[in-house]
Amino acid sequence: MSNSDQNIELLRLVTVGSVDDGKSTLIGRLLYDTKGAFEDQLQAVRKEEGEGADGIDLAQLTDGLAAEREQGITIDVAYRYFATPKRKFIMADCPGHEQYTRNMVTGSSTANVAVILIDARKGVLQQTRRHTHIISLLGLPHLVVAINKMDLIDYDEATFLKIKEELTEFCARQGIHDLICIPVSALAGDMVVDRGNNMDWYQGHTVLETLEGIDVNAHIDECDFRFPVQLVSRPQTTELPDFRGFMGRIASGTIKVGDEIIQLPAGKKSTIKEIITFDGNLDEAFAPQSVTLTLEDEIDISRGDTIVHADKAPQTEKEIDAIVCWMGEEPLSSRKKYFIKHTTNTVKAMVSEIKYRTDINELTQDESADELAMNEIGKVSLKLTSPLTFDRYADNRATGSFIIIDSFTNNTVGAAMIC
Amino acid sequence: MPQHKLTQLQELESESIHIMREVVAEFRNPVMMYSVGKDSSVMLHLARKAFYPGPLPFTLLHVDTGYKFQEMYEFRDWYVKEVGAKLTVHRNEDAITKGMNPHEFGVARCCGALKTGALLEALEKGGFDAAFGGARRDEERSRAKERVYSMRDSFGQWDPKNQRPELWNLYNGRIHDGESVRVFPISNWTEMDVWSYIKEENIPIVPLYYAKERPMVERGNHLIPASEGQLLLEGEEPKMVMSRFRTLGCMPCTGAVRSSATTIEEIIEEASIATRSERETRIIDHGSNSMEDKKKEGYF
Ligand SMILES: Nc1nc2c(ncn2[C@@H]2O[C@H](COP(=O)(O)OP(=O)(O)OP(=O)(O)O)[C@@H](O)[C@H]2O)c(=O)[nH]1
Ligand SMILES: [Mg+2]
Repeated sequence: MSNSDQNIELLRLVTVGSVDDGKSTLIGRLLYDTKGAFEDQLQAVRKEEGEGADGIDLAQLTDGLAAEREQGITIDVAYRYFATPKRKFIMADCPGHEQYTRNMVTGSSTANVAVILIDARKGVLQQTRRHTHIISLLGLPHLVVAINKMDLIDYDEATFLKIKEELTEFCARQGIHDLICIPVSALAGDMVVDRGNNMDWYQGHTVLETLEGIDVNAHIDECDFRFPVQLVSRPQTTELPDFRGFMGRIASGTIKVGDEIIQLPAGKKSTIKEIITFDGNLDEAFAPQSVTLTLEDEIDISRGDTIVHADKAPQTEKEIDAIVCWMGEEPLSSRKKYFIKHTTNTVKAMVSEIKYRTDINELTQDESADELAMNEIGKVSLKLTSPLTFDRYADNRATGSFIIIDSFTNNTVGAAMIC
Repeated sequence: MPQHKLTQLQELESESIHIMREVVAEFRNPVMMYSVGKDSSVMLHLARKAFYPGPLPFTLLHVDTGYKFQEMYEFRDWYVKEVGAKLTVHRNEDAITKGMNPHEFGVARCCGALKTGALLEALEKGGFDAAFGGARRDEERSRAKERVYSMRDSFGQWDPKNQRPELWNLYNGRIHDGESVRVFPISNWTEMDVWSYIKEENIPIVPLYYAKERPMVERGNHLIPASEGQLLLEGEEPKMVMSRFRTLGCMPCTGAVRSSATTIEEIIEEASIATRSERETRIIDHGSNSMEDKKKEGYF
């Protein structure tokens, strides 16, 4: 059922696309054909008639809420897991409905590969464009397009090519150039795990082969070193009366004992003394390891500060511009105050300007916009009560992203990418 | 150039540690649920790593129904001492004294009183604003829908249709008075990951997970342990069966599986070819009261 060799890599996958295009069915098909679903779980979604996969409502394998099964739609992300001899997959199955876009952004934000589903009968729809645009903003390094329900159009190659061309053009306008398009029938199982007998005209890889072949190394260890401090460890026990260590997860880059560092935003300098883990001290550590650092000097560092290499410091500022996916019921508007959480730092912020709202269909920018309603995307300027240490999102996903929190409801109302 | 790559288990470990540290940094009074099972063992081990070289910055909370296996109580008391943790045990004494049991009152009511009720009572009594749980998304389809930070209202209830967005690894820990979060640091671990990690890290687990000749009765599709304190139905004769447990819960409601796996390697081998999920041995999941319903009522 699953792989017992744990030396394999992790791939985080997300399925997106318009309502009913077959996202949940595709995930169900992947689970079924790789034997990633247990017998008793399959039994629970078995229909009256039909055998094998035919007798199963594949979408119901992932639509885990009673309300979803009642309505036949996905409301919130489901996370499902399977492993092949090559990889372990974490799959986030997202809802297609516009109403639940915030859940789609949730599922996509941690992924490194997106599979966009398109119903071959319908082609590229507004939700397809919206999701594609969000994926491009989130900077997912890989995009796979599954043109689905080929069984309903007699596995017609010309239709496949037409849709492929349309989406390729739309993606190119957003800087996505290497699309992998695959004709599939999630329901019948063509080109997902098995090739099937219906599309001999297609020479490329199946969905699973594609996912197994993608290079998942995001090379975050090669970026500049960024270490947002989560906690200051001061056990004050009899064995460790004076210990002061800085706990965190390396957001990017590598760090060695003896490296010269600087603490931001205050800018105090020191040298790395130890890199501590439960399994012993390390000479070198890299992203995304969780470690504890100690320094040669007694300098003041607390949660929310960032430790970086002295010669490769990022920006520290109180005014930032960011692209925002808005998720609040109440629109985002100028002059409003929010909390933002960026790495391990939560600060108060005020929207000083809405620069534009993006039109999802035309990818044009409406500069007259004075608010962003739920599910809208745009660029805003923010003024902060204290400075943030950040990189541009395009350079560093971990230090270039933040969330916006409504200071009254405490809800997460926006996903933001610094530009 | 050295290879800077983590295996998928190391990546999961680092993610879990990050989550635990965020909670300790942002919440006033966190607690870690400790159910004595394998997932709890892994979670506790990760917590020790997360806060090393310091001690655990929170207590462990065991919600005891009084129906756990003797081996579980023994293991709990030994292991907690071994790792130097602080443990609070909470029981719904009122219901236990009144003789609450699944046979007369039904599984749903029994769980409602001894697990969910006791849990909510314990969280309230301790004034905890965050509680770590060892649930995994791969266990069950409504769990697959859960966020890492699961918001609960002042009654501990989950609202699955209105979950907070959870973006990147930026967890929003802001809550109102009376609200709390359940935090699942091993959300992304599968059963196989848990076993492999137990092996690699040499994590002690309750001996019930290893196969041994044990007295059992067959009831329907289930293999029910005929341990001391177990209520047997009329005509049921215990016989010795080579068996083990894939998950550990309450004695009356946890089934065993036939198995000859006496080592962790053999357990992993079994898990890798298992065709049925581990939850199937939990009688609690099968009634009309689904996991989703229980979670809406405040269960983990
Ligand atoms: N004929 C055919 N039907 C399909 C195929 N894939 C999915 N379907 C059907 O399309 C309907 C919707 O499928 P889902 O998988 O629920 O779609 P979805 O994209 O997950 O929908 P949302 O999550 O609600 O956005 C179901 O009735 C499926 O059986 C396919 O390849 N061929
Ligand atoms: Mg769906």
